[in-house]
Amino acid sequence: MSTLLEVSGVSVSFDGFKAINNLTFQIGEAEMRAVIGPNGAGKTTFMDIVTGKTRPDEGRVLWGEKSQSLLSMSESQIAQAGVGRKFQRPTVFEDQTVAENLMLALKKKRSPFAVLNFRASRADQERVEELAGEIGLVAALARKAGELSHGQKQWLEIGMLLAQEPRLLLVDEPAAGMTPAEREHTTEILVEAAKTRAVVVVEHDMEFVRRLDCKVTVLHEGSVLAEGSIDHVTSNEAVIEVYLGR
Amino acid sequence: MPVFRQFCAALLSVLFIAFAAPLAAQDADAPIQRLLQEHGEIIAKSSRRTIGPAIDALADSGLPEAQAVLERWRAKEMWFDKDTGLFIYAEEIDRRTIRTFDFANGAELGEFEDNGFKQLKPNSGIRGLIGAALVRFQLNDPNPVARAAALIAIERDADESHLAALRAVRDTEENPRLSARIDRLERILTIRFAEDDAERVAAIQSFEGDLGVDVRAALNPLVVTMMDAGTDLPNDADVARQVVPGSEVLSEAEAYGILVAKELAPPLISRAAQKAALIANIDGTSVGGIQVASLNTEARRDAAYDELVRQGRVENAATVTDVTQTVDAYVFFERYSAAAPTVALAAQAVLSGIENKVALNQTIDLGLDALSLASIYFLAAIGLAITFGVMGVINMAHGEFIMMGAYTGYVVQLFIPDYTLSIMVAIPLAFAVTFGAGVAMERLVIRWLYHRPLETLLATFGISIALQQLAKNIFGTQARPLTAPGWLDGSLVFNDIVSISYIRIAIFVLALLFLALFLIVMNRTRLGLEVRAVTQNPRMAASMGINPDRINMLTFGFGSGIAGIAGVAIGLYAKVTSEMGSDYIVQSFMTVVVGGVGNIWGTLLGATMVGTMQKGIEWLNPSNTLAAQTYMILFIILFIQFRPKGIIALKGRAAEA
Amino acid sequence: MTNVALDTAPARKPTFLLVNNPSVLIFLACLALFTLGVTVLAEGFGIGVVSTSFVKTLGKTLCLCLVALAMDLVWGYCGILSLGHMAFFGIGGYAIGMWLMYARTEIIVVQSLSAAPLPPTAQEISDGIAAQIFGVVGASEFPPIWAVAHSLPLQLAAVVLVPGLLALVFGWLAFRSRVTGVYLSILTQAMTLALSLYLFQNDSGLRGNNGLSGLQNLPGLGDVPQSTVSIWFFWASALALGLGYLLCVWVVSGKFGSVVRAIRDDESRVRFLGYPVEAYKLFIFTLTAVIAGIAGALYYPQAGIINPAEIAPIASIYLAVWVAIGGRGRLYGAVIGAAFVSLLSTYFTGGQAPDINLGFYTIQWVNWWTVLLGLSFVVVTLFAPKGLGGLFDFIASKRSPSRHGADLGPDAGALREKEAET
Repeated sequence: MSTLLEVSGVSVSFDGFKAINNLTFQIGEAEMRAVIGPNGAGKTTFMDIVTGKTRPDEGRVLWGEKSQSLLSMSESQIAQAGVGRKFQRPTVFEDQTVAENLMLALKKKRSPFAVLNFRASRADQERVEELAGEIGLVAALARKAGELSHGQKQWLEIGMLLAQEPRLLLVDEPAAGMTPAEREHTTEILVEAAKTRAVVVVEHDMEFVRRLDCKVTVLHEGSVLAEGSIDHVTSNEAVIEVYLGR
Repeated sequence: MPVFRQFCAALLSVLFIAFAAPLAAQDADAPIQRLLQEHGEIIAKSSRRTIGPAIDALADSGLPEAQAVLERWRAKEMWFDKDTGLFIYAEEIDRRTIRTFDFANGAELGEFEDNGFKQLKPNSGIRGLIGAALVRFQLNDPNPVARAAALIAIERDADESHLAALRAVRDTEENPRLSARIDRLERILTIRFAEDDAERVAAIQSFEGDLGVDVRAALNPLVVTMMDAGTDLPNDADVARQVVPGSEVLSEAEAYGILVAKELAPPLISRAAQKAALIANIDGTSVGGIQVASLNTEARRDAAYDELVRQGRVENAATVTDVTQTVDAYVFFERYSAAAPTVALAAQAVLSGIENKVALNQTIDLGLDALSLASIYFLAAIGLAITFGVMGVINMAHGEFIMMGAYTGYVVQLFIPDYTLSIMVAIPLAFAVTFGAGVAMERLVIRWLYHRPLETLLATFGISIALQQLAKNIFGTQARPLTAPGWLDGSLVFNDIVSISYIRIAIFVLALLFLALFLIVMNRTRLGLEVRAVTQNPRMAASMGINPDRINMLTFGFGSGIAGIAGVAIGLYAKVTSEMGSDYIVQSFMTVVVGGVGNIWGTLLGATMVGTMQKGIEWLNPSNTLAAQTYMILFIILFIQFRPKGIIALKGRAAEA
Repeated sequence: MTNVALDTAPARKPTFLLVNNPSVLIFLACLALFTLGVTVLAEGFGIGVVSTSFVKTLGKTLCLCLVALAMDLVWGYCGILSLGHMAFFGIGGYAIGMWLMYARTEIIVVQSLSAAPLPPTAQEISDGIAAQIFGVVGASEFPPIWAVAHSLPLQLAAVVLVPGLLALVFGWLAFRSRVTGVYLSILTQAMTLALSLYLFQNDSGLRGNNGLSGLQNLPGLGDVPQSTVSIWFFWASALALGLGYLLCVWVVSGKFGSVVRAIRDDESRVRFLGYPVEAYKLFIFTLTAVIAGIAGALYYPQAGIINPAEIAPIASIYLAVWVAIGGRGRLYGAVIGAAFVSLLSTYFTGGQAPDINLGFYTIQWVNWWTVLLGLSFVVVTLFAPKGLGGLFDFIASKRSPSRHGADLGPDAGALREKEAET
C-alpha cells in the first residue's frame, strides 16, 4: 500500500502556544484512520494544515505518488488535488437548493470560464440524483438547504464531499447531532468510501470509532501519543492518563 | 554773504524784539542755528539729490540739539522764518496760527500767523535719509529700548551709512544682549556694504553654520550668477560652474538666447514671426514661388522662408531646427556677477555649509510637523480604535461625531465669549453630546446589527449622510470658527527653521492624554475588564453576571464621546464645516487598519506612519497636498497587501475569533 | 409532495435562459414599452409632450439603472460591497468626454484657422485645441493621457479598458491578500477617494475641478437638434440596459451564479470545494467595472458635464443606497431602486417639490431630502433588508424562510459565524 499523505516534523504555534508540535502522520491510498484526542490536542489545526488553511512554521506535508508539497498550494488547489473536508458544524449553502449544493460539489472543471460555459448534462443530473439517494435527500432536492434539519445538513455535506470524489476525506465529527440510526448509516457510508480512498475521521465518540474498526491515532498536545487498533490504544497507559487524568 | 545775512538776521531780530514783543528772543548765534544757516540753501531747496551734505553736517556736528532738529525736520515741524531767515520748529494751533520754538534751547517764541513762515516738507526720500542719520543718535540713546528700536530699524532697512554708526557703538554698548545684536548686525552689514573684500570674507566666514534667515538674505545676493557662453570654458576666477543646455537650469532656447545676445548666432525666428514674414510676402497665391495652399507643414514653411532669404526679401534667421546644432558648438557657464570672486566663493562655501545644516533642521521641523499631524490622526482614530478596534462595530458616522463635537465647541463659544473658559466648557459638553448620540445610535440601530458588519456599515452610512445634511441645514455651508484661547497663539521657536505652534503641542499632549486614558480604562478599571470579556465571549460574560447590552452601550458611547473631544481639538486646528468628518473618516479607518485592529499601540503606530508618510510626500512635492493624499492612500492600499492584518497583527485563533 | 418537489427541481429541466427566467421577458417587455412610449411622447420623433430635458433625465436614469445592475452583481450576488463602482462609471464618462471635447474643439479651431492667410500646420491645430481646452487650468499643452483623444475607436476602447484594467489590478491586489468584508469596502472607498483627489488637481491633465464640459454636443453633428440627439442617447441607454440585464442574468443563472452566491455566503467553504475564489471575485469585479464604465460613457454625454465631484466616494455610497433600497440579490430590484430613488432625488433636489410650511418652520425639500434619504436607508437596512424587491416576493407569496441574522443551527449558525469573521 503506497502512501497518499505524509506529514512529517510539522510544528505550528499561535502567539507562543504550540498547537502542533513535531507531528508526524501517514496514511495510505485506501485506508480508514480515526484520530482521537482531548480538547486542544491539535486535531482541527492538523486538518487546517493539510487543507492549506494554516501554514506550519516548519515541517513537510507531501501528497500523492509524486510527493508533491501541499505547503505551496492554495486551499482550492489542494481541494482540486483531491483533499475533501467536512467541517465540524455543517456548512452548506443555505440559500441554495440541495440540488445546487450537490451540483457545486460535483467533480468538474473549477475555473471561472469553464463554469460560465457549463451546462449540466444528463449524466450530471443522474449523478446528483444518485448521490441524493445515497444520503436520503431525494425528496428534498428542490428545497433550500437552509430549510433542512441539522442532521440532514450533515448528510448533505457528506454527499457534497462524495460528489467531489476526493482521494482523501477529512471528516470532523461526522456523527455529532445524529440519531443512532443515522450514525449507523454514516458509518456505512464512511466504511464504503474507505474502500476506494483514504478517510481520516476525527471523533470524540469512542463507540463510533470502535464501529469504524480501523487504525486509531491518538493526538495529545500537538503530537502523536499512540497509534494502533482501538483496543491497543485504549489499553495504553499514557492514553488513559491523558483521557482520565490523574 | 553769510555775514551779511547774519547781520540782517540780527537786525531783523532786534526789530522783532522791539515790535512783536515775543516771549523770548531767538538766539541767532547758537551753534545749531549757525550750522543750519550754513546749509540753509540746500535745506530750503529740499532735493534728495543735494541734501546729503546738510544731513551729514547735522549728524556729524556733535551738537546736542542735532537729533531734535532731525526729528522735527522729518516730522515736517521745521519752519523757516521768512522775516529773520532763521530756522525754528513749530506746532500748528489751527490752520492759520502756529506756535514757534527755538531749536537752541527749546524756548517758546510765541504764536504767529503762519504766513510769515515757510514749512519745510521733506519728501519721502529725504525723510529716509534723515531717518538713517537719526539711527546714529538712537544708537547712543541712554534708553536701551530706543537703542533696540534703532537696531530693528537697521535690520529692516539697512544702508551703507549704518555700518559706520554700528562700528562706532560696537565697543561702547554696555547691554550684553544689545551688544551681541550690534556685533551680528555689524558683520551682516560688513558683508553687504564693506568696501574691502578681505573684510567681507572675514565677516562671511564668521557666519559659518549660522541658521539665521538674515545671514542667508545677506549671502544669497553675493552668489548670484550670470549665464555666459564661449567656445571653451575660460579659466577665470569668477566662473562658478559649467551648465549643460537642455537641463533644468538652462533650457536650449535660453542657451540660444545667450548666444544671440553675445552675437554669436543669428536671432531665432519664432514660428509666429516666420508665419508673419511669410504672410507679409504673399504674392498672389504663392510665397517666394511656393503655393500658399501647400504651406501646411513646418518643413514646407521653412523651405519657403529659406527661399525668401535667398531672394533677399527677408533677414537670414535661424529656425528651430538650427538651434540644437548651434548650441552644441558652445560651452555655457555661470559667472559670479554680484561680487568679487573671492567674496562670492567664500559666500558660496559658507552657504553650502549652512544649507546642509538647514536641511538637517528642516528634517527635524518636518518630523515635528509629522508628529503633530500624527497626533491629529490619532485623535480622530482613537474613538474608532474603541468602537471598531475593540467592539468590531464599523461606524461610518464616526466622522460626523467628530463634527458634532466641533460644532458643540462653536455653539459654546457663541454663548461664552471667554475662549479659555469656553474650551473648558466645550470639552466635557462635546463628550456629553456625542456620548449621548453614540448611545442613542447603539440602542436604536447598531445593536440590531451586531455580527452583520456590512449592514452596520450601510446603516451608519445612512446616519452619516443624514447628520451631515442636518449640520448643513442648521449651520449653513460656510466654515465656522472655533477660536483657541490666546495663550495657545504663537509658536515654540527653536531657531529660524525649527518651530512648532503651541496649538499643535496642545493637540499632541491631548493625544497622549487620550492614550493614557484608553490604557487606564481598558486595563485598570472594571469597565475595561467587562468590555474585554464581552467582546471576547458575550455569552460567557453574560453568564458571569455582566450585562452585555449595558457594556456595549457604554463602550460605544465612550468611543463616540472621545470622538466628540477630538472634534473640539480638530476644530481648533482646522475650520468647522459639515464635511470635516468625512475628511477624516477614511484616514481614520486607514490608521486603525494599518496599525492592526484591536490594538491601541497599533493605532498609535498607524497614526505615526500615516502622518509621517503624508508629510514626507508633501515635502517631496510641496506644491500639492492633494497629490500627497492621493499617493498616501495608494501607499496604504499597497501596504495592506503585504500586511493585511496591520503593523501589529494578532495571530492564530485570537485573530480568527 | 415528494414527487412534486422532484419534478419541479430546476436542475432537471434542460432549458433556455429566457424560458427559465420569465421575469427577464417581463423586464425586457417593460423596457421596450417604456422606450417606445418615451419615443412617441418626446419632441425628437414624437408628439412632443415630454420635454427634451426630461428625456435626458430618463436616459440618464437608464444609465444609472445599468450601473446599479453592475453594483447588484458585485454586491448582491458576490458579496463585495464595492464603494468604487461610481469611480469606474466616472472613468467611462471621462474617457468618452475626452474624445467629445477634443473632436468638437478641433472643429472649432480648424474653422477659425481656415480664415488665416496660410493653411494651418498640424502643430498649430494641436496648439490651438490645447489652448482652448486647457486654458482654464493655465496650461497649453496636451498631457500624455490625451495621446489618443483624437480617435473615437481608441477612446471607446478606453471606456472599457481603463475601468477594466484598474479593477483588474486593484482587485488582484485586494483579493489575493484576502481582504474581505468591511475592510474591502473601506479599501475600495480609499481607492475612490484617491482617484477623485487626483482628478481634483489642476495638473491631473483632466482640467482639475472644472472637469470636461460641452459633452452634449456631438462633434460634426452640430446641425442635429438636441431633441433628436437626446432620443438617440435614450435608445442607446435602453439598449445597453437591456443587453446588460441579459448579460447579468446569464452570469447569475446556472452554475456560475451558484458559485458566486456560494462565495457570498461562505467563501472559505467554496475554497475547500476547490474553486479558485479569487479568480471568480476578480472576474465579477472586473466585469462589473466594465459595465459601470459603459454606463458612464452613455450617461455623461446626456449630462453634458463631468467633474471630479461625481467620482467622490459619496457617489458610490449613493449607488449602494439605491441597490439596497431596490433590493439586492435580485437584478430587477437594483433597476427599480436606482430608477425610483434617482428620479425621486431629481424631483426633490430639483426644487420642483412644494415646500412644507409647518408654521414655525418651512421644510425645504432641497435641504431635507438628503436627511430623509439617509434615514430611510437606516430604516430599510433594519426593517426591510430585501428592499423594494422584497415587496414583489410578498405579492407573489413566494415565501421562503429567511434565516438571515437568526441562528442557523444548534450552535451559533455557520453563516452568522462567517459574517462575524469578516
